[in-house]
Amino acid sequence: MELKGKNINFKYGFSKKWILKDLNISLKSGEIKGLIGDSGSGKSTLSKILSGYMEEKKFKGDITIDGLKPLKSGFNPVQLIFQHPEQTMNPKWKMKDILYESWDVTEDLIEEFGIQKSWLNRWPNELSGGELQRFAVLRALSPNTQFLIADEMTTMLDAVTQVQIWDLTIKITKQRNMGMLIVSHDKDLIDTICDDIVYLNDINNV
Amino acid sequence: MIESENMKNKNMKSENLESRNITVTEKSEESKELLSVSNISISFLQYTKGLRKNLLKVISDLTLSVSSGEIVAILGSSGSGKSLLAHAILGILPNNADLTGEMTFEGKELDQKFKEKLRGKEIALIPQSVNFLDPLMKVADQVIGETVDEEDKKAKKAHQREVFEKYGLDEKVDDLYPFQLSGGMARRVLVSTALLQNPKLVIADEPTPGLDDVAIQETLNNIKQMAAEDRGVLLITHDINAALKVADKIAIFYSGYVIEIANVEDFTDDGENLIHPYTRALYKALPQNGFNLYKGHQPFHGELPEGCVYSDRCDQNTDSCMKINPDLREIEGKKVRCHRGHRKYSR
Repeated sequence: MELKGKNINFKYGFSKKWILKDLNISLKSGEIKGLIGDSGSGKSTLSKILSGYMEEKKFKGDITIDGLKPLKSGFNPVQLIFQHPEQTMNPKWKMKDILYESWDVTEDLIEEFGIQKSWLNRWPNELSGGELQRFAVLRALSPNTQFLIADEMTTMLDAVTQVQIWDLTIKITKQRNMGMLIVSHDKDLIDTICDDIVYLNDINNV
Repeated sequence: MIESENMKNKNMKSENLESRNITVTEKSEESKELLSVSNISISFLQYTKGLRKNLLKVISDLTLSVSSGEIVAILGSSGSGKSLLAHAILGILPNNADLTGEMTFEGKELDQKFKEKLRGKEIALIPQSVNFLDPLMKVADQVIGETVDEEDKKAKKAHQREVFEKYGLDEKVDDLYPFQLSGGMARRVLVSTALLQNPKLVIADEPTPGLDDVAIQETLNNIKQMAAEDRGVLLITHDINAALKVADKIAIFYSGYVIEIANVEDFTDDGENLIHPYTRALYKALPQNGFNLYKGHQPFHGELPEGCVYSDRCDQNTDSCMKINPDLREIEGKKVRCHRGHRKYSR
């Protein structure tokens, strides 16, 4: 499968300055691609556009999966994981509800992700960023997910937890032959885990 | 003018203190100790069910000192409670927090009254983001703060201009509101606000996340500059790369305990000079140092094991590790909380 963004153009409201201009990007199944850019260069905007979080009238260009437009209803095959997991979870839901809302997560995977049984009965504000991010990744890894977009996924985590999360995520994306776009400003990290590196400045024609 | 007077006062004061130090304690240190924190514990009183209460310990037995001209980094994962230390030093902990242990500033006991007197003057905080500024007030006005009369206002304004100038903020910035500042400008405003009163100790709380390389470099340069001006800096961060670039000493925070206070030179090569296994794991997990995988997670506050807090993840734990929590011991000029390190050197 191939996720493609063709001629993507984006600017804010009535502003005259383009953030993204005539940008083309593609991500194939089984590919781990790194995207590097400075802060404010439009990395997160691009991530949102690719994963269907941006309303279609707000940007120009085509997003296709194997040449077809993604469906508007049903499970989104392109899943986005954010930098701050605590902001993506309902603070009034328990962790088990947050996790099982997405799909029927298997016991083995929960164990493999190092999620303790006792965490499932806790509220999001009782867990640390690293623990929450495990949930965020796991709930995005439904069997229906084809592409994963990790927007600064481990920036807020300590080095040990960062390795744990990447190790698991990469293992599963490889197992299932998914495609992953890793968005980060950490060049050392991208160099270590990605097969291919793209600089936003090189593909963005502003 | 005010600044030069301040400087004179400060110099006189420091001379006095230094001479006193030499005569009383006969310590021959180049830089004098500013802040000393010993055996600090912070607990929160929580209601669990009905009227049942539970005391949750967040920071345990923290011992640390910062001298003038020294940068000490506290490195811990986000949400581990390290910012509470900053709040404890400034005396702004919430009401349900319980603080025990001793703190001194320049040798004097730091109690709530003394904290209130010092904060904003001798001890300043650089907050995490511009959200700490008043969004409805022009930058210069809130940096100047309260003024008594016109003359006072003029003097303070002139001083503010001087400090802003030093950090490359031109007159246009004075009249901007916080939302109009760019990321880099905002950082410079926060730094100059903290330095306005010429503090001896600066606490920087997570100054780097969310910034790009250029802005991070600038922030770190500012911190270095502060130390060069003979201020003490306490850098609270989760960013090990930032800490390694500027700090003299790095205190590693794990489950509420400081498990090692290492010198920055120890973080080289294969990390063989690092004593605590967690510190070594942290160093070797960095992408540039091997990206090594270590399993396990930090125990929760309130669910700490009986023995060493790292015992369930340690690859060489012994019976005593499971039963006795090691104290922070001094080994060859560094401090470490590990039975193994102790044994290694006592052999």
